[in-house]
Amino acid sequence: MSDLRDLYQEVIIDHNRRPHNFGPLPQTTHRAEGFNPLCGDKLTVYLNLADGVIQAANFEGEGCAISTASASLMTDALKGKTVAEAEAMFRSFHALVTGEAQASEASEMMPLGKLEVLAGVQEFPVRVKCATLAWHTLHAALHDQTGPVTTE
Amino acid sequence: MKTAANEVKALHGGSVSAPFDVARVRRDFPILGRSVHGKSLVYLDNAATSQKPQCVIDCEARYYAEYNANIHRGVHRLSQEATDAYEAARDTVQHSLNAAQREEIVFVRGTTEAINLVAASYGQRLLPGDEILITAMEHHSNIVPWQLLCQRSGAMLRVAPINDSGELILEEFERLLGPRTKLVAFSHLSNALGTINPVKNLITRAHIHGAVVLVDGAQAVPHLKVDVQALDCDFYAFSGHKLYGPTGSGVLYGKAALLESMPPYQGGGDMIKQVTFAKTTYNDLPYKFEAGTPNIAGGIALSTAIHYLDTLGLEAIAAHEKDLLAYATWLATKIPGLRVIGNARDKASIFSFVIKGVHPHDVGTILDQEGVAVRTGHHCAMPVMERFGVPATVRASFALYNTRQEVDALFSALAKVREVFS
Repeated sequence: MSDLRDLYQEVIIDHNRRPHNFGPLPQTTHRAEGFNPLCGDKLTVYLNLADGVIQAANFEGEGCAISTASASLMTDALKGKTVAEAEAMFRSFHALVTGEAQASEASEMMPLGKLEVLAGVQEFPVRVKCATLAWHTLHAALHDQTGPVTTE
Repeated sequence: MKTAANEVKALHGGSVSAPFDVARVRRDFPILGRSVHGKSLVYLDNAATSQKPQCVIDCEARYYAEYNANIHRGVHRLSQEATDAYEAARDTVQHSLNAAQREEIVFVRGTTEAINLVAASYGQRLLPGDEILITAMEHHSNIVPWQLLCQRSGAMLRVAPINDSGELILEEFERLLGPRTKLVAFSHLSNALGTINPVKNLITRAHIHGAVVLVDGAQAVPHLKVDVQALDCDFYAFSGHKLYGPTGSGVLYGKAALLESMPPYQGGGDMIKQVTFAKTTYNDLPYKFEAGTPNIAGGIALSTAIHYLDTLGLEAIAAHEKDLLAYATWLATKIPGLRVIGNARDKASIFSFVIKGVHPHDVGTILDQEGVAVRTGHHCAMPVMERFGVPATVRASFALYNTRQEVDALFSALAKVREVFS
């Protein structure tokens, strides 16, 4: 049960039940769709970018608690960040959930704040794809990739 | 042994003359003794692949330790022994399916290859405007080969719908049959829903229109007796690994006259009689469809699995599994928010469900922590998920070695899910 509580922390359960920034944005400059063919998770990330800064980020879709909470926390964290900062956060987040964070130089890691509740995912390697789906989709949105991205 | 006897009595209401001794059967499967995350393994992912009895494991090992050699080639002793064992395995499959001739049994890698073989070979005679009829409950492996064939040939794929219980709507199936229908393909037992199709009836209806019928028996063979002559199916496909045999072993049954009339599937060694650069003469059935060195150990061990099931008796196995499914279905009625996907009147071995507010993937992770192995996802049947308006389901699937205690373990683990997500 302790491992499970590390994965399913209260914050994650709450964000899954009531996701923040859910639904399309009134003003969207960038968007992308993500798909995890393994479990069928699907989500769309909407961004409103002005002068290289993320003014607003939303998402919508259907997925497990890990992917939904990750998307909810991510969209919270992105507001006011520059594109370069968002990309740096993705790298740090990826290192966190894959367990590579310890190996990285502390100075290279962007502080992740609330997103660190997803650190428990590193004990569940098959769930890394769930946690990173929103981030891969964000990456695609920032780079105006066409066609849905997948975590495969 | 008293407890085991009581358990068996309880399962069968004490009315079965030859009791199915599940405690004894479990000892035949070494993997069932292992633990997962510190809990006893409860393996309920049998529709994905079943575990193997010691006799099957030993059979594979014995082949490699004692008579490993290529078949149909050498004059040396080992090659003869390997050939004899492989061909005896073909006889075992023939008798098990009650096929008229041993030549009608083609060894393949599994159900997927069997279906692709028919699509690639028989499919060559399809023309633009022809139709292939499948059902809405098919596994991707009984959809995609036909879609590819349609792209190559210009034929049309038609899909017979299912009702809210997950049963094929017979009137719709009948309505979609016609003079253009050249091929009809459907599962004997649905992997996502557990529905048993009325195959005999469907085959008869398809034959009235002159269509050729392929039955996907991947899920059916571990649970139901199959008699291809009684069914009068043209093709029947199944995998060894769901039948307690090795992965990479499988069978395509085809009526001899049909197989005879079909072009080869793959070219290579063993499928030829004579090769010159001007012309190649193909081998006789079934070797025409068996190019290259096959999974020899797998084929032989598959026959060991079939013999093993014969000693237990498929009827006794089916009765045991039916009890487990009924028990799980009954327990499910007590769980608020649990919705069973697939409520066909004729159903076997598959218990597919969703829990309100909890994604199946999360259920799967929590169950795994309790040692309970289930499949979560779309089960290679995305159209079925769409039909029921769910992204995925949790699927527990039963085998001959499962027990009521294991069904209890599943439901205890589901209580943990409720705890985590409360």
